[in-house]
Amino acid sequence: MAFWLSRSRSITNLLEKRIGLFKILHERSKGSLLHSRISGEFISKNPHEFSTKSAAAFLATGQRFNSIKTGEQQVELASSDEDDDENQALDFPGGRVAFTSQMNFISESSGKRVPCYRVLDDDGYPITDTIYEQVSKEVAVRMYSGMVTLQIMDTIFYETQRQGRISFYLTSNGEEAINIASAAALSPDDVVLPQYREPGVLLWRGFTLQEFANQCFGNNADYGKGRQMPIHYGSQKHNYLTVSSPIATQLPQAAGVAYSLKMDKKDACAVTYMGDGGTSEGDFHAALNVAAVMEVPVIFICRNNGWAISTPVTEQFRSDGVVVKGQAYGIRSIRVDGNDALAVYSSIRMARQMAINEQRPILVEALTYRVGHHSTSDDSTKYRAVNEIEHWRAARNPVARFRKWAQSNGWWSDEDESELRSNIRKQLLQAIQLADKTEKPLLANLFSDVYEDHPPNLQEQEKSLRETIKKHPQDYPSDVPL
Amino acid sequence: MAQSLVRKIGRLGLISAKERNSASLYVTKIRSATTTTTTTTTTTGEESKSINLFTAINQALHIALDTDPRAYVFGEDVSFGGVFRCTTGLADRFGKSRVFNTPLCEQGIVGFGIGLAAMGNRAIAEIQFADYIFPAFDQIVNEAAKFRYRSGNQFNCGGLTIRSPYGAVGHGGHYHSQSPEAFFCHVPGIKVVIPRSPQQAKGLLLSCIRDPNPVVFFEPKWLYRLAVEEVPENDYMLPLSEAEVIREGTDITLVGWGAQLSIMEQACTEAEKDGISCELIDLKTLIPWDKETVVVSVRKTGRLLVSHEAPITGGFGAEISASIVERCFLRLEAPVARVCGLDTPFPLVFEPFYMPTKNKILDAIKSTVNY
Repeated sequence: MAFWLSRSRSITNLLEKRIGLFKILHERSKGSLLHSRISGEFISKNPHEFSTKSAAAFLATGQRFNSIKTGEQQVELASSDEDDDENQALDFPGGRVAFTSQMNFISESSGKRVPCYRVLDDDGYPITDTIYEQVSKEVAVRMYSGMVTLQIMDTIFYETQRQGRISFYLTSNGEEAINIASAAALSPDDVVLPQYREPGVLLWRGFTLQEFANQCFGNNADYGKGRQMPIHYGSQKHNYLTVSSPIATQLPQAAGVAYSLKMDKKDACAVTYMGDGGTSEGDFHAALNVAAVMEVPVIFICRNNGWAISTPVTEQFRSDGVVVKGQAYGIRSIRVDGNDALAVYSSIRMARQMAINEQRPILVEALTYRVGHHSTSDDSTKYRAVNEIEHWRAARNPVARFRKWAQSNGWWSDEDESELRSNIRKQLLQAIQLADKTEKPLLANLFSDVYEDHPPNLQEQEKSLRETIKKHPQDYPSDVPL
Repeated sequence: MAQSLVRKIGRLGLISAKERNSASLYVTKIRSATTTTTTTTTTTGEESKSINLFTAINQALHIALDTDPRAYVFGEDVSFGGVFRCTTGLADRFGKSRVFNTPLCEQGIVGFGIGLAAMGNRAIAEIQFADYIFPAFDQIVNEAAKFRYRSGNQFNCGGLTIRSPYGAVGHGGHYHSQSPEAFFCHVPGIKVVIPRSPQQAKGLLLSCIRDPNPVVFFEPKWLYRLAVEEVPENDYMLPLSEAEVIREGTDITLVGWGAQLSIMEQACTEAEKDGISCELIDLKTLIPWDKETVVVSVRKTGRLLVSHEAPITGGFGAEISASIVERCFLRLEAPVARVCGLDTPFPLVFEPFYMPTKNKILDAIKSTVNY
């Protein structure tokens, strides 16, 4: 694990950012013991061994959960084991819980919001004390190129939809860093179950511009055989399960995928994405709970972009966002700046390592902003301020921030920029032209793949439909070959 | 319990309506499995035992796990054997990683099963009662059913089988009695299968588990203990989407599935005393269903009666009725009769009034034949 400590003054600071358990440990050990334990083990192959071990040792000695006193800001979760005797603790099937004479309700919030891990400041400079995984020039350039490609794809496909050449489109504007940096942090063997605003993951894995265009045009080269709306990409060779529109349904499936990886002892995890709105769905809670109980290697990545179509997060949940939901399910979680590619990359690298080495789910909440409309069927200026959008588009642009960093390293120049943009643009326009000219899938594809074989009812219906087409050819699109 | 009530009836493995009505077998927790141990040898030399339906299901699950190392059984309370004992002994034999409890969350169970199946495994999920399958409806309808189609056959979850006890049980009330099969019959991409007896249950379940499509397999919970018949001990499969004529006749065709067939069988026997010859068909697979067998039968008898426990309106009987009218209109000598549950929630005290009983069927047979 090549973690790079940049002017790290205190290891505990960085650990606090990454490990929820730290708080317990810190309070219990009053710091000193922990420091020595950590400093010895942190550089080890598995930097989180320490937390598991020492936490287990600590928990074994007994623990007590105190609720807070009214008005207190901090929940003290554990205290010493002196009070832990037969009369003061309750053994029940869920474990040993201390009694208290205090009728204290746990506060609805911790008072202080969970901070957001970041590496680069708005000007693209690494912030003091930050820790992140070093990225080579080659990977950095590839990441930046991927983000730019995603931007250009969005611009051109959006225009293509506006011209009426494709029926629908959905941009990832503002979320390029989450898309590309999370993908870069994964291994190609990791199985991705996307929501729908993560085409960058597929792009990173080598899905070509032509393949994207084929899907959007629903032509006979579309792997989905023209059956789904544009942007419902899927690719078996890229371990990227096909997008389906329903929100959050992929999340419990990811737990099942991860269980299979666990049983097969694969050096891989499942990775699934959702938006902030998706966390309100039952499937989100079902997934986190089953993943935690089954102890499966899955990373849940929430793109908290502030808006679920027109519903702002303030009308979505009362919690401190999504990151705090992990702990209730027994899931280690982190909040990261989703517009900071290096923060996303580093946190997903670490999440992946913990997920696989420790066989556990990890929740990552990436804070970002949906700069584009929800989709081509939406006009977001009807429900949010234009200057808010502009602020995020300009001042908090994740692509521009990463570029500044790459340029400051001398890895990127204005010439590289214009060359890349013009190349991608050219390639994409060609891909679109070709996709548009390519024939639609054969009519037989309407009936195949419903089942593995072809049951009699479908055979009958196909025969009947073909007779109708012969009688009324004018009722049917002429570009679908029969 | 109910052991004294159990007996084998002919090759159907059905119980009499009287026995069924007097039985009180609704139990959610039973300490140990009761299986009969009489062993007989069939003419083909294969061993078979007289066993009840839950034991037949249990045998199928043992075989499924034994013959495929990538098979998994999971659901609420399956580890200790399940509330109906269908998963007895599986965790001990195959280990906790292949047979395991899940949290109490149907959408989680099915979603998890889809993901597991998508990775090339046989995911055998249990939903404890069909009445509780609805939280998983979205996962079944929008996900499992469309998984192959929407990906252009790049991915599939064909290894998924969802088992769930369904139907009346004597005192199950609203939420331990329903027959929700029709909801699932409206969903291209999944199969719906319901067995009528232990022998059928074992062979059909093994077919469902090994079928390359996701299947919802409803088990008639009333028959778990009451239906007993000779079941071959070996690994065998019965074909899906093939109906079976289980009683031949010339005057009227009766079509049903699952536990209702035993009631229909009783009505057929009674009708015979009045000189009416009934043909009884077990549909077994509701989608994609074997229309041809029903069509051939109705062309012979000229009359059709469909019976199911689910409410009549929008029930699968309506689909059968419409399909047969389309194909056999000129041959029909009477309107198609439907004897089904009422359009009320499934009631507790009023269950005997709600049910499509033997005499309701008998009356419908007579009025259809005498139309």
